[in-house]
Amino acid sequence: MANMIPISTTTVGSGGVSSIAFTGIPQTYTDLVIYLSTRASAASDSVGLRFNGDSGSNYAYRYILGNGATATAGTGTTTYTLGGRQPESTFTANTFGSASFYIPNYTSIYYKSVSSDGVSENNATTAMAQLTGSLWNNISPINSITIIPGSGNFVQYSSATLYGIRKY
Amino acid sequence: MTDTKIVVDCSTGETTVVTLTSEEIAQREADAAAFAEAEAARVAAEEAKAELKSSAKAKLIAGQPLTAEEADTLVI
Repeated sequence: MANMIPISTTTVGSGGVSSIAFTGIPQTYTDLVIYLSTRASAASDSVGLRFNGDSGSNYAYRYILGNGATATAGTGTTTYTLGGRQPESTFTANTFGSASFYIPNYTSIYYKSVSSDGVSENNATTAMAQLTGSLWNNISPINSITIIPGSGNFVQYSSATLYGIRKY
Repeated sequence: MTDTKIVVDCSTGETTVVTLTSEEIAQREADAAAFAEAEAARVAAEEAKAELKSSAKAKLIAGQPLTAEEADTLVI
């Protein structure tokens, strides 16, 4: 039976922050899970992950996205995993988006896959819901994860929680 | 306003708010630029698809032949 064990959690304080980093991640679990409740200070509703500080173009992704009017899909390579969504600064006040990332076999010596889902919140026509599969083209075990907004800051009361999955 | 980040050290449980270094600020700006480029490409593709779909619908109603790209928006 798998157990989902909270490792660490944090909530953004007054003034916001540009990123949230979990460092010193224990190598004793099989998989990792991150849950986010965030809101952007800028006109950008994306959230992504960077592993071990790797800022190279080593993250491939494929997504399907609905915005309330149209659905699109796409693929590409970038400098961190995409996938999360959050309300941008123009969206309905006092709302926060939800996103989750599942990272299996994060201690393995193979490339790391990530599956994620994210939704923004907006009392209007446009609000995003996205499913994304990503691949970090690196064989290093993951020991740190930085959570990055597309632009701007995470506002106060945004939160992030890291869990470990133990399958025994 | 000073740019900061939260660092949670899972090995100690300690959480700190750290001011970004000049390198981290530069990286942050590069990340934002990369994201803006990817987002612009996504939005352009979305708009192009919507335009093709609209054109395909108008031609169907008018009984006119569709282009292959227009048909692709209607047939999966």
